Amino acid sequence: MHEMSLAEGVLGVVQDAARAHQPCTVRTVRLEIGALAAVECEALRFAFEVVKRGSVAEGALLDIIHVPGSAWCMPCSRSVAIAERGDPCPECGSWQLQVTGGDQMRVRELELVEE
Amino acid sequence: MCTTCGCGSGQTRIEGEHEHVHTHVHADGTMHSHPHAPGQGDEGHDHVHAEHHHLHGHEHLHEHVHADGTRHAHAHDHAPGPDHDHAHGEMHGHAHVHSDGTRHAHAHDHAQGPGHDHELAHHHGDGPAHSHAPGLTPAQMVRIERDILGANNEIAARNRRRFEDAGIFALNLVSSPGAGKTTLLVETIRALGPDVPLAVIEGDQQTSFDADRIRATGARAIQVNTGKGCHLDAAQVERALAALAPADESVLFIENVGNLVCPSAFDLGEAMKVVVLSVTEGEDKPLKYPDMFAASSLLLLNKVDLLPHVAFDVKRAIDYARRVRPGIEVLQVSATTGAGMAAWLDWLRAGAARARERRQQTVTALRRRIAELEAQVARPR
Repeated sequence: MHEMSLAEGVLGVVQDAARAHQPCTVRTVRLEIGALAAVECEALRFAFEVVKRGSVAEGALLDIIHVPGSAWCMPCSRSVAIAERGDPCPECGSWQLQVTGGDQMRVRELELVEE
Repeated sequence: MCTTCGCGSGQTRIEGEHEHVHTHVHADGTMHSHPHAPGQGDEGHDHVHAEHHHLHGHEHLHEHVHADGTRHAHAHDHAPGPDHDHAHGEMHGHAHVHSDGTRHAHAHDHAQGPGHDHELAHHHGDGPAHSHAPGLTPAQMVRIERDILGANNEIAARNRRRFEDAGIFALNLVSSPGAGKTTLLVETIRALGPDVPLAVIEGDQQTSFDADRIRATGARAIQVNTGKGCHLDAAQVERALAALAPADESVLFIENVGNLVCPSAFDLGEAMKVVVLSVTEGEDKPLKYPDMFAASSLLLLNKVDLLPHVAFDVKRAIDYARRVRPGIEVLQVSATTGAGMAAWLDWLRAGAARARERRQQTVTALRRRIAELEAQVARPR
């Protein structure tokens, strides 16, 4: 259930950013969530519905962009796609992988409507 | 593109990478200066302020966001003039939307004086980009690019700096409930306590049972109850540190809430995470809960005294852990029989020594720098 903490984190970022554009309401909150970020997106959506009430983001929709996982395969010396942590290299089957992408959870942008 | 400097404005940005200021003089003599914060792309805007009913000796900031997402901020510095009729020591702002969809917001900070009528007193005459058509409220996209856990990470960085400055070796102990973290800690403190100063932050949803067990060994401990929370976060650790005040050059154990999922995402400022896996759990846990094993530097395989009684494949557990974290170190211990504890204690002593040395190097480097500066000051000019 750390999605509740994440939702509060999202709201904090949104409130900070919206403060510079007051008075406004937030129409869309666009997130980037990596496949390897250990985030359950449905739980995050649910938690965000709860935490946004009474805030500048009350009417906001959560738009989640899913970022695929990628890793550097040491035997292959190249970047490969992985679906989750613990997956082997799709090329050589090795687990000598260093995750290089898809572990982010970021607020990418907001759609604001000035009042 | 700006007609004065030729700089372009592109994507929305909150903070400009390159900013510069230039000044216009309007037909009525008003001075006008802008800092420009251009992004990529050069479709910007031109502004020619032919007329500006604004003659007052105050400074205010304008910020526009154009329909194309271009954002542009002006700091206006108006020269004092006859029209100066507004001033009331308070700050207010207003926003215009231009006919082309350009949005324009002003924050005015007025000095003390009589009242004013400002809503209509501000016209950007017939400049090409600045004709006002109030009523439109286009949505604007604001690029943020901020980490959802950014607030936690900032506090964690503060904690980490504090640990480094004090030469504290801080470990974040994570496991599922019942893996034996507290028993392991109690035995570790008994063995290590006489040589190394130790302190413990205990995280649990409820009760102070664990902190009580630690305090019974004579070590300093503080309990953090997370209530509904499933993990410790950096702010809780920062608050606990204020109360606990761990000694310089000590080892600090932060025993996280028993949970193999959530604590992996929350940096507390520790030097490293240590994951405890007991042999009474499945050897496939590193694959079932890969994030925690991927985030940990050391795997402590605990309760190895029970191996004869359980079907736990040690080799497979280690293989699985190294699938998600190829370089993870592994130590096999039993807190109850003491098997393997010597290697764990050596590992801790080595970490504590590294933290201490790093601090001493910093102190030595700072002392040298102070001596150099003092020598410079003392040198006759």
